[in-house]
Amino acid sequence: MKNFEIQGLNFKFLVVYVLCSVLCALPFKAFPLTAEEVVKKSQEAFFYQGKDSKARVLMKLISKSGQERVRELTMLRKNYGASGGEQKYFMYFYQPVDVKDMTFMVYKYPAKDDDRWLFVPAINMVRRIAAQDKSSSFVGSDFTYEDVSGRDIEDDNHTLTKEEKLDAKDCYVIKSAPKAQDVDYAYKLSWIDKGTFLPLKEEYYDKKGELYKVFSADEIKDVKGFPTITKRAMKNLSSGHRTEVTYVKADYNIGIEDSLFSERFLKQPPKKWIE
Amino acid sequence: MSKIRSTEQRAQNTDRGSRTSQCQLPVIWCLSILLSVFFSLTAEAADVSLHGFVQGNYSVNTDTSNPDSGDFKWGEERFQIKLEASKGSARLFLKTNIFYDHINELDGVELKEGFVDFAAEKWDARIGRQIITWGLGDLIFINDIYPKDYEAFFSGRPLEYLKKGVDALKIGLYPAFASLELIVIPIFEPNNFPDPKRFHMFDPMPTVINRREVEPSVKIDNTEIALRAYRDVAGFDGSIYFYRGFHRQPSMLPDSMTMPVKITLFYPDLSVYGASLQGRALDGVLSLEAGYYDSRQDRDGKDPMIPNSQTKYLIGYQRQLWEDFTIGFQYFGEYMHDYSEYRKNLPSGFPGEKRLHDLIALRLTQFLKHQTLRLSFFSFYSPTEDDYLLNPEIKYNFSDYLWAAAGANIFGGGEEWNQFGQMDKNDNIYTQIRYEF
Repeated sequence: MKNFEIQGLNFKFLVVYVLCSVLCALPFKAFPLTAEEVVKKSQEAFFYQGKDSKARVLMKLISKSGQERVRELTMLRKNYGASGGEQKYFMYFYQPVDVKDMTFMVYKYPAKDDDRWLFVPAINMVRRIAAQDKSSSFVGSDFTYEDVSGRDIEDDNHTLTKEEKLDAKDCYVIKSAPKAQDVDYAYKLSWIDKGTFLPLKEEYYDKKGELYKVFSADEIKDVKGFPTITKRAMKNLSSGHRTEVTYVKADYNIGIEDSLFSERFLKQPPKKWIE
Repeated sequence: MSKIRSTEQRAQNTDRGSRTSQCQLPVIWCLSILLSVFFSLTAEAADVSLHGFVQGNYSVNTDTSNPDSGDFKWGEERFQIKLEASKGSARLFLKTNIFYDHINELDGVELKEGFVDFAAEKWDARIGRQIITWGLGDLIFINDIYPKDYEAFFSGRPLEYLKKGVDALKIGLYPAFASLELIVIPIFEPNNFPDPKRFHMFDPMPTVINRREVEPSVKIDNTEIALRAYRDVAGFDGSIYFYRGFHRQPSMLPDSMTMPVKITLFYPDLSVYGASLQGRALDGVLSLEAGYYDSRQDRDGKDPMIPNSQTKYLIGYQRQLWEDFTIGFQYFGEYMHDYSEYRKNLPSGFPGEKRLHDLIALRLTQFLKHQTLRLSFFSFYSPTEDDYLLNPEIKYNFSDYLWAAAGANIFGGGEEWNQFGQMDKNDNIYTQIRYEF
């Protein structure tokens, strides 16, 4: 009886021990991520870091012949809900001079069209603008609106094609093919850093399967604990046009008020946010 | 667009030259007041930015010469300085133009805008000359009761010159339930209509050349008040509007209906009550706006010289069809109340207006070459009057600093007294070139 009890105790102990080991091991065990999970984590790291963010952005639009045009803006973002959820964007333009003081606001919704407003200072007017085409160029650059604020995960079929090193960093290589014909590319390959989940490179292929556009993350810095792409470029191989983007300043969790995203502040942006 | 009623323009621009030179004194006066107010508030050095442009703007007839036999509708060089200074919660903004007008051979200074802003958490205020834009129409104005320069529009000047500044106080209040804008305008500013020396237009009493314009005098009773309240309404941007002031287009008062020798042009009392909604619908942006024009000096509609009360409404829809191509469609109607009284009292020989005047507007815009090249087409067509305006334009940005545009204004159709029909002989092509710094 005593023996049995000891045996029973031993048996229970064994069961608990095994269960504990399994439970404790779970977080550390590298179950392979699905392609969707990689893309989700990448979006979180790329478009949703922090509760909010602020960046002073310098865009250089460079033509094939080398002629440069400059767009300089402050971009403020606030998240509403979890990663992949609603966001609001507020942009204030410093350059070029003909759009100085222009502001632009986006309410971004998952799985439906965004709301967009533009403030035109010369006639002191705030207007909604039609925003159906997500693949439209952002201010004439090689980046699209989706490149700036992200694309719905459900809009593409994602597959993990391989895992390889890029610039000595382990990467997932994800192929994303749009389910609908709503963008210019047939599919996109993304090299997503396993450490930071930031995209280090993206290749865009046209309907003939030819590579025509390349994104590269050229500098990554740590800002308040968030790895941030501070230099990036998009090159259009067929037109020879390219856009280089530098985050002159970046910050996170700065307490942007909900009221910022309003007609009042589109017309008169608070100085503290655009300095 | 408020109807360009023939006649009235004539007297309005007769003293263009003297007006321009007269306006230089108030400009300097306004500037010095604004500067002193701003700098008295801001003891320390402020953040200052200075920008501006140099611009050439020319428009030439393609149909016939002007009434005064000239061939140019517009011809000027212009230098604009935009000064901005801010300190704490105060901001100063000045936009001043210096120009040389080749047609009238005169130079002048214009204060386009000049104001001081104060901002607090729950309110803000702007005092001085400012441009205010209300309502949703694209070149169609219902609740935007602020002064316009239609001559600028028909002469091929950049679109921003369609809006005139008003000397006003604007107070913004931002309680939780809605945002409010209160505008107080102590000094009346009329619309500017095309100069009859340059534009062929209809005049029902062309023989009466003795005309005098009387603007509402500056006194408490004549202070114009406008109020707008706006907020989100189920995902749409909703606004309600109120205005109490004057028609900005003059009415004619002949000294005799049978044998007139003198005409007084005056601005009748007007109140406007309106509302608008704008939001995402049908894969585009849908706009709805309406306004009731209460013509307070002719409420029973019996005075044929003063506009009757009207209801105006607008439906607009804008959609992006493919990359960088947008189409905008608008339908606008203005319905005259007490129409039978108007018909009964209309003097014989005067062309009568219809009970309903409507307009269809179409705008097509295509950007090309990384949005440096813009092709646009705008048209008005009135189904009730059968007259039209066509405005194709091409604009190219050579660099971040230099752009040029060329376009045409083509008018026609309808009767010689209709809004665009009367402009039939005024077709013109124009160019604008601007270097910004």
